[in-house]
Amino acid sequence: MVERRSVRDLAALLFAGGLAFLLLVIGAQFVFGSAPMLIGQEILKAAPTETGAANIVTAVVLGYRGIDTLGEIAILFTAATAAGLVLGKRRENARRDPDGGFILVASADLLFPLLLVVGFYIILHGHVTPGGGFQGGVILAAAFFIPLLARPGTPVNHGGISLLEGLAGAAFIIIGLVSLYQGHEFLRPMLEKGQLGSLISAGTLPLLYLAVGLKVGAELAGLLAHIADVEAEES
Amino acid sequence: MSLPEPGMTLYAGAIGLIVIGIAGIVISKNLFRILLALVIAEAGANMMLVLAGFRFEAIAPIITGQGMPMVDPVPQAMVLTAIVIGVGIQALALSLIMRVYKAYGTLDMRVLSRRLEQDISNDAGVSPGSSEEEPAGVRPLPSPMGVISKQGADA
Repeated sequence: MVERRSVRDLAALLFAGGLAFLLLVIGAQFVFGSAPMLIGQEILKAAPTETGAANIVTAVVLGYRGIDTLGEIAILFTAATAAGLVLGKRRENARRDPDGGFILVASADLLFPLLLVVGFYIILHGHVTPGGGFQGGVILAAAFFIPLLARPGTPVNHGGISLLEGLAGAAFIIIGLVSLYQGHEFLRPMLEKGQLGSLISAGTLPLLYLAVGLKVGAELAGLLAHIADVEAEES
Repeated sequence: MSLPEPGMTLYAGAIGLIVIGIAGIVISKNLFRILLALVIAEAGANMMLVLAGFRFEAIAPIITGQGMPMVDPVPQAMVLTAIVIGVGIQALALSLIMRVYKAYGTLDMRVLSRRLEQDISNDAGVSPGSSEEEPAGVRPLPSPMGVISKQGADA
């Protein structure tokens, strides 16, 4: 038995080594560090005037690939729903872990507003600075999850989380539908472009990113809460 | 090598992460370690994507009015979403692993595969290592000697 296992491990190592060799050989043929940028060059030229966003990554995520972003949010939604389905609902009378100590609870309360501010700052400045809905949304999820870690005894309001998630997702789709109603393509950036680099600019992109941020935050918070909310072992 | 030195290091790092992750997936026996190896491989893949659009003389694709060349924004936008999606997938995988641990009390793949096989054959009502479609008895095959002598008779 021991021999068979070591043979298997050896074969796995050989496989990994071969894969590394293959990737390196393929990689050595690329001209590294000077990307051809066939589409990137066009986007860099056109994005500031077309979308009004100083952060071109945001312009790509929401302006040029808006429907892909919608799909990615849908994947996240599916993952969150499936995790909730797999982990199941908690019984009302199940034993809960006791709350953390004073230091843990106090620092969690202290961190909550700070994380909330940082999260919303990053979401709302997504079109002018590095950051945006995905990054800020994760910070928002952390803001709601840290108090939960400090106080496992408090029940989680899963209904509220789902409502926020649904509203944010609906807002994203409605913004896209409004553009469709006005005779443009789905999710085409609308409204005034504003001055490049100022907070109120880039038309609907900040609104879309706000919807993405709220949705990502609510989904991850719900996901983490589901995992943390699993019934403790009966001991 | 025609590659510039720092680029080669970054590139080898990305490939190294992918290979470490895949080796971990293949070698590990513990389900949770397999998930962690998947996370490492994912980090390597993301790094590779970012490196694909990287240029040495360029800055991040945010307009600051300096007129410098900028790196390719498309891979960055993809990786940005891929990271968050990755977290969602990991959380889903973790919740499945938690269910498995609750049901079987172990995360060892060898024990799990044995127990799973046992459970499946119990549910199907057959003894382990066999299937419902297996013929009930030994099939009455003609003996080789009979076939040979028959051929000899035909000739």
